[in-house]
Amino acid sequence: MVGSIPASATAELSAAPRSKAKQFSPWLDAWRRFRRHRLALVSTVVLSAIVLSVLFMPFVWSVPINEIDFTARLKGPSPAHPFGTDDLGQDLLSRMLYGGRISLAVAFAAMVVAIVVGTIIGAIAGMSRGWVGPALMWLTDLFLSLPPLPLLLLVIYLFRDSLKSVFGPEGGVFILIVLVVGGLRWMPAARLVRAQFLSLREKEFVEAARALGASRLRQVIRHILPNALGPVIVAATVDVAAAIIAESTLSFLGLGFPPDIPSWGRILFDAKDYLDIAPHWAMFPGVAIFLTVLSISFIGDGLRDALDPRKVM
Amino acid sequence: MSEPLLEIRDLKTHFATDNGIVRAVDGVDITIRRGETVGVVGESGCGKTVTAMSVLKLIAMPPGRIVDGQILWQGRDLIPLEADELDDIRAKDIAMVFQEPMTSLNPVYTIGEQIAEGLRRHEKLSRRAALERTVEMLRLVQIANAEKRVHDYPHQFSGGMRQRVMIAMALSCSPKLLIADEPTTALDVTIQAQILELLADMKARFGMAVMLITHAMGVVAETAQRVVVMYAGRVIEEAPVDELFANPRHPYTQGLIRSIPHIDRAATTKKRLEAIPGVVPRLIDPAPGCRFAPRCRFAMPACRLATPALRDVGGGHKVACILETGGLPQ
Amino acid sequence: MSTPLLSVRNLTKQFDIGSGFLLRNDAVVHAVDGVSFSIPPGETLGLVGESGSGKSTTGRCILRLVEPTAGEIWFQGRNVSALDARAFRALCRDMQIIFQDPFASLNPRMTVGTIIGEALTIHKLAPSKEAFTDRVVELLETVGLQADHMHRYPHEFSGGQRQRIGIARALAVEPKLIICDEPVSALDVSIQAQVINLLEDLQGKLGLTYLFIAHDLSVVEHISHRVAVMYLGRIVELASARDLYVTPLHPYTEALLSAVPVTDPKARRKRIVLQGEVPSPIHPPSGCHFHTRCPIRQLPLCAREAPPLKETASGHFVACHLRS
Repeated sequence: MVGSIPASATAELSAAPRSKAKQFSPWLDAWRRFRRHRLALVSTVVLSAIVLSVLFMPFVWSVPINEIDFTARLKGPSPAHPFGTDDLGQDLLSRMLYGGRISLAVAFAAMVVAIVVGTIIGAIAGMSRGWVGPALMWLTDLFLSLPPLPLLLLVIYLFRDSLKSVFGPEGGVFILIVLVVGGLRWMPAARLVRAQFLSLREKEFVEAARALGASRLRQVIRHILPNALGPVIVAATVDVAAAIIAESTLSFLGLGFPPDIPSWGRILFDAKDYLDIAPHWAMFPGVAIFLTVLSISFIGDGLRDALDPRKVM
Repeated sequence: MSEPLLEIRDLKTHFATDNGIVRAVDGVDITIRRGETVGVVGESGCGKTVTAMSVLKLIAMPPGRIVDGQILWQGRDLIPLEADELDDIRAKDIAMVFQEPMTSLNPVYTIGEQIAEGLRRHEKLSRRAALERTVEMLRLVQIANAEKRVHDYPHQFSGGMRQRVMIAMALSCSPKLLIADEPTTALDVTIQAQILELLADMKARFGMAVMLITHAMGVVAETAQRVVVMYAGRVIEEAPVDELFANPRHPYTQGLIRSIPHIDRAATTKKRLEAIPGVVPRLIDPAPGCRFAPRCRFAMPACRLATPALRDVGGGHKVACILETGGLPQ
Repeated sequence: MSTPLLSVRNLTKQFDIGSGFLLRNDAVVHAVDGVSFSIPPGETLGLVGESGSGKSTTGRCILRLVEPTAGEIWFQGRNVSALDARAFRALCRDMQIIFQDPFASLNPRMTVGTIIGEALTIHKLAPSKEAFTDRVVELLETVGLQADHMHRYPHEFSGGQRQRIGIARALAVEPKLIICDEPVSALDVSIQAQVINLLEDLQGKLGLTYLFIAHDLSVVEHISHRVAVMYLGRIVELASARDLYVTPLHPYTEALLSAVPVTDPKARRKRIVLQGEVPSPIHPPSGCHFHTRCPIRQLPLCAREAPPLKETASGHFVACHLRS
């Protein structure tokens, strides 16, 4: 479609209004396009609501997460317990809020690990002209061919106890899950970054920088990386969603956080035996995971359209 | 003068974009007679390609829309036609050659299959007859070893060769009009010479009319009989080729001719080029009046009042400029 | 002729293609094949040729954007091909390049001010923020843009304006030599003239030397003092623009000149249409690379031996067994 109206497109460009005081940077432009993506915008609102309530609601709803009340076991939602209670009569709303902090923190931390590792490996592979690039891509393919779940289990069995003893039960498991999930998800980012670098490094504006005497590091940081970032951001959203699911899976298998530290996945795991008597118990974490992952995916879609380089150029 | 084959009357094709409606083609009149070669020249964004695409309704709709006007093919308006009726006219009566010979061929079919497909559909030829005809066409466009190369895939041909294939494909159903949109722009000069030669040769053989769209003044000067100059979505001048280059009347045409380096003059008298100042105007909410006025050195207040109409100033020379047609337009 | 500013001797560039980590493929593209020329200060040397002639690679080799395989590049009396990367970067200040594609040659995520001022940052040429801004504004005005354009992004500009930004970027380091790689081919005719005029004005004002690479013979003829014609990696003819037009010696130059469509019917030459296409630079023809398409009488020598570039008249060089 774009190709069929080149004439008008260039004409419009050459005639871009000069008098407008308003400024359009490429990022602002992307935001303008993102706003037009209705579903992504709604998702942003939903996700922000989830993040904000997880962050600030505990200050308002100050019921402790481990207050055991056997008189109120497995109760459905009520004014005293808006999300109901579990088998020990613990308040599910505060456990959900606390668990949300952990689940989201794990997800974002794992995403950061995956993206940072992926970007560095992809960038090195994309800039190298010798054997380093192909070697790194071999490594990437190797990691991609490993079955993730068995590997995850293996690593957790091997290292859980030693990490727990150093960082405490909570910190240890947190670090373990972040490293394992992040460490197994850097490959798509690495491939993406490498592909971007391979095409960008031959672009004339990078050549121009080289002709001006810019060092390799400067070429990468000022010229190549900012232009490679769009797809990486999209990949990052996918990683956040995947990490939330991975954490839930681990906790659901009983390999994640211990029972006294609720995460969404852990709550779901604990609820599975009471699905018939207390369906609300499983429903709330289930819906929370579902909504978060879905809205992150939609945001990713919106970003993909907004950051499409063809529309930026 | 022979009867008109294609008459474009007051064509308006607009595109809806995020920033507003782009009036890519805004009131264009072009007539092409049987067997005639008409050159349509203009810079990028002048609407020459969109005009050609509108003839066969090849523009993407939306965002594009033919807002107004008529496209009369031998007296019959093409705009209200349904897709299948139009399909019949495409290829059989009007064929098109595009600028990019690289992307206009499907890479997964052999060129023989692609040419034969049209022949079988439009001429109702058998597989065998279509293949024979294809080989014959390839021979006509001087592809050596045609009976072998007919089974080759597009990537096995070079740019110039692909353009030959495109021409063979376009001419296979003996169309009455060939629309060639920048057919040589992507090619090297010596290959361009070959393709122009081939087009002239094919025209002599098949006698079809040609609408040659290009930005290169030299190419039109050497191939067309009549030239239409477009600027910002409108026709601003039209004349027989020799008349246009000897005696351009519109200030834009004059500027265009003076701004290109002439290889013949460059060598003997080095003269500074006369550039046209400014940029092509925006096609979203254009200002009233002559669209060239902001860049025109003869512009007067009257130029900005109303769009000048294309008027005949004698000898088939038409110009849309109040300096030439006199008085206030409309 | 004064001492040349730039002199290229026997420049050769071969690209290996298809050699991977494990896959070995010894196909070699002979992009540039023993090219020699020199440019005195203040002159414009035009380099014309069709695609695959190696003209762009030649320009990139001089700036070492592409590392030459063999040959020497002398700039201001120094052999720059022998310099290490760091020493060469310092020298970049005297040699700059302008690119063909006004859309790909500017970083879309940087403002025009940052793009033009990048060289000032790299070479620490601006002592203060004010000095930086002043210099950027000065450069913008030199190329016919306005001071307030510095805060805008490239996509807000038209092709011609972008090309001006590219020129301003090159001028920031006050170079002596600018390699113009097809600087007007992507522009509309009326805008082409603006940029050509700008380049000519700058040459007059700043005493610049240009290596002007283009496929459009009329543009090259117009702007150049001398013109070199390239075919498949070699220079086949080198002469003053006037001599080349009036008395072309090489049959390829003749064909090229005759193929340029002109608007004036009186100026039309008898068109020599070359048969076939430019052969692949992976397997260039033996001897004279042009012998497979040459329209004039051929000697057996043509297919056997590459003709050397010989001076036939003062300053007119041609590489042809028959015409020299």
